[in-house]
Amino acid sequence: MGDHVADELVLEMRGIRKEFPGVVANDDVSFDVRRGEVHALLGENGAGKSTLMNILYGLYRPDAGEIRLNGKPVSFSSARDAIDAGIGMVHQHFMLIPVMTVAENVVLGTEPVRNGIFLDERGADKRVAEMAKTFNFAVDPDAFVEDISVGQQQRVEIMKALYRNADLLILDEPTAVLTPQEASDLFEILQTLRREGISIIFISHKLNEVLEIADRITVLRRGKTIETVPRAGATEASLARAMVGRDVLLRVDKEPAQPGDVLLTVQDLHVRDEREIERVRGVSFDVRAGEIVGIAGVDGNGQTELIDALTGLQRIESGTVTIGGRELSHPDARTALDAGIGHIPEDRQRRGLVLEFTIAENIALHDYAQPPTARFGWLFPRRMIDRARTLIREFDIRGGGPQTRAGGLSGGNQQKLVAAREIDRDPKVLIAAQPTRGLDVGAIEYLHRRLVTERDEGRAILLVSLELDEILSLSDRILVMYEGEIVGEHTGEVSEEAIGLEMLGGREPTAA
Amino acid sequence: MSDPERSSAPEQPAEPGTLAARWNVKQRAGGIAVPIATVLLAFFMGGVVVAATQHSVHKALLAYRDIFNGAGLNWIFHPTTNLLDISAYNLSQTLLQTSTLILTGLAVAFAFRCGMFNIGGQGQYFMGIIVANWIGVSLVGMSSLPHILLALALGTVAGAVWAGIAGVLKATVGAHEVISTIMLNWIAYWFGSWLFGDGGPLQNSTQPTIPISDQVSPGARLPDFWGAQGFQGVHVGVFIALAALVVFWALVNRTTLGYEVRAVGFNPDAAAYGGINVKKNLIRAMAISGAFAGLAGAIDMLGGTTNYQFGQLDIPVSQVGFIGIAVALLGRNTALGTLLGALLFGGLLFGTTHGLNSGAVIQPELAGNLTYIIEGLVILFVGADVLVLWVWNTPRRLFRKRAKPATSTAELPA
Repeated sequence: MGDHVADELVLEMRGIRKEFPGVVANDDVSFDVRRGEVHALLGENGAGKSTLMNILYGLYRPDAGEIRLNGKPVSFSSARDAIDAGIGMVHQHFMLIPVMTVAENVVLGTEPVRNGIFLDERGADKRVAEMAKTFNFAVDPDAFVEDISVGQQQRVEIMKALYRNADLLILDEPTAVLTPQEASDLFEILQTLRREGISIIFISHKLNEVLEIADRITVLRRGKTIETVPRAGATEASLARAMVGRDVLLRVDKEPAQPGDVLLTVQDLHVRDEREIERVRGVSFDVRAGEIVGIAGVDGNGQTELIDALTGLQRIESGTVTIGGRELSHPDARTALDAGIGHIPEDRQRRGLVLEFTIAENIALHDYAQPPTARFGWLFPRRMIDRARTLIREFDIRGGGPQTRAGGLSGGNQQKLVAAREIDRDPKVLIAAQPTRGLDVGAIEYLHRRLVTERDEGRAILLVSLELDEILSLSDRILVMYEGEIVGEHTGEVSEEAIGLEMLGGREPTAA
Repeated sequence: MSDPERSSAPEQPAEPGTLAARWNVKQRAGGIAVPIATVLLAFFMGGVVVAATQHSVHKALLAYRDIFNGAGLNWIFHPTTNLLDISAYNLSQTLLQTSTLILTGLAVAFAFRCGMFNIGGQGQYFMGIIVANWIGVSLVGMSSLPHILLALALGTVAGAVWAGIAGVLKATVGAHEVISTIMLNWIAYWFGSWLFGDGGPLQNSTQPTIPISDQVSPGARLPDFWGAQGFQGVHVGVFIALAALVVFWALVNRTTLGYEVRAVGFNPDAAAYGGINVKKNLIRAMAISGAFAGLAGAIDMLGGTTNYQFGQLDIPVSQVGFIGIAVALLGRNTALGTLLGALLFGGLLFGTTHGLNSGAVIQPELAGNLTYIIEGLVILFVGADVLVLWVWNTPRRLFRKRAKPATSTAELPA
């Protein structure tokens, strides 16, 4: 594989420094990319990966340091400069226009023109089709973007960059939105690209992917370059140690589950979203005390609506939810909470926390009106603060005291804050939706351990995650959700491929 | 975790969604310096206008001296309780103006804390005026204290109901409160104009040719605590306004109601997730907000004014509801800030109209406009406090730019 990697350096970044008020985001960072190489940039959240790439892409100006492209020093003052110099960036969130075709999206902004003013649609189609063929993209140039899959949309983003003659591609956490199958398709495309001499910077915090695709790996930690290593010889453990600065337990250690009474029963549940589209279509399952049930599925297959319905945030169309033997018909958020549901929501910043509130105020979010926090409508801030202080210690929340704003905490500590609040309420059923999304390995390790501990304490835990790895390593039982229905149930050993296939709607005759 | 984690703010800038949340971020960024800079900048620009139109910098300085004296602030140099003293009289009028503005300011501030922009303080104030006048005029037989309390209470309720309409509309059909409160302002205005106008049900019974209300009966008037025969004294409304500041502070910071209001204001999604009824809070916060403005109207009616004329034109005679917006914005929607903002605008309102009316420095007909110029500039600068922050940070930014090339060359490999 390494034979296409020439030693010619396409990009050199030397001594890059970037400071934001109060934070040194990049501190003497050095990084280079060879022609036709996939170079992974690995690091925890806040390690400085995005800052470095934003500097390269002309969005930030470095405070110090030098960037050389093909040996020549460059200084970009905007993304336009970077694009003109042959750098393309594919963001996590696609910037495509859904009602336009693939070809139109690809040429947008640099359309081929006929007679000075007319859009040369056929010319555009032809060039895009040629490109799709060369790189084996398997995308129909005439399809509308809204009709193609997420994986294909990502390929359109890559084509956009290539169309602008990019020979250095930056991919920002490209697999975050993909299924395992789509991810392996992407890796094949990346192999094709590097054979064509395109260099790729692959930003990720997933160790297994980096080891699969990268030729070299650079690890950043707290704004500094820790090491650049060839893939050969690197292991998940060695990379994790470099990322976090200590040994990390990558596998979740857990005893076999000891399931007890059924604490959550869902019977033939139907839920519609705001636009009256039925998103949950007759889902039934139960979760017992002392077990973790994982729901696997590609984003947008009804998981969000299912959780919202269970937690009273979305109206139930029909069906029943029973918590600890008590049936809730059309619960609102308050009755669901009172019935014993704890909920770590998938979006901690939008829903799980009031970022402007202090840690103490956030901890009181569910029971601010109950003694001892309040009596007869009067708040006792002192008591809120005392309780917060206890939980900060118990859950090892770092970065501030009870009166620190939640928005000032890092993602991992914000998530610990949410978890602390939900677990401290002593819920019968704990629903954890994407509990480790966007977190770094250290925080993931902590939350996973904590979920297992809470399971062993006898709670019923419903885990919903788009990360198949997370589902596989934590769950005692796995349900696969596809287009609003449960299409598979597995206990014991099951292959990633089998679940991946079910996630895409293909049913395999596997017995549970 | 081995390392204490840091804020990853520069990598993932949190973008708060609501008005109140965005506001909060900006406010924290600037500290107390921004409102002060805002006021100084507004005064400076006002001075530039005077200097330019009068072709004299000296006159601009004189104008500000006269405003200062006109607001009665020179009273502190020779304090006296004698209201016949001009500076004491001016100060007493500034205090009256300030108490009204405290209440209309609190009206804006409270809604803001729940993430809403109540531009309807003026209409809610008018409803307070109307109802307090009606009660004050009609129940002549009542004994004084219950009469006053009833008129104040119903005036307050009138403001609350009026703002509550906008709250209900927002909670049920999603009508934006900015639009609905502005429309309610005009409905209140023309409602009052009809009630007190020619042939209206509450028109003056002794002078049927004048479109004005009856006088509030003497028993329903707020007693003065600082007064002189034949002069408008300072009534106890000042204390009611000060008490309202305390109530506002306690309500927002020390009650579960205030917790809900703030949670909804900062992040309605998180509030709903926390088990808070968002719609109920929108309606309730709007009603409480209107109650402050209604109380302002009732106090003005039972205190100094005692009768009211809405006029038949499209120009309301009173602007206190709108000035309340500037007061609250400048005061960062806090109790203490609102007090300071109200003092500033109270002094300015009375100081410009009465300090400059001699015509010695600038034409009296221009004097009142200076208030509006400064008020407008404050609102402009507060609204554009990103701009003020930018100006504020300029020295640091310039310093960095100059420093940068030096460091980068130093670190270049030889």
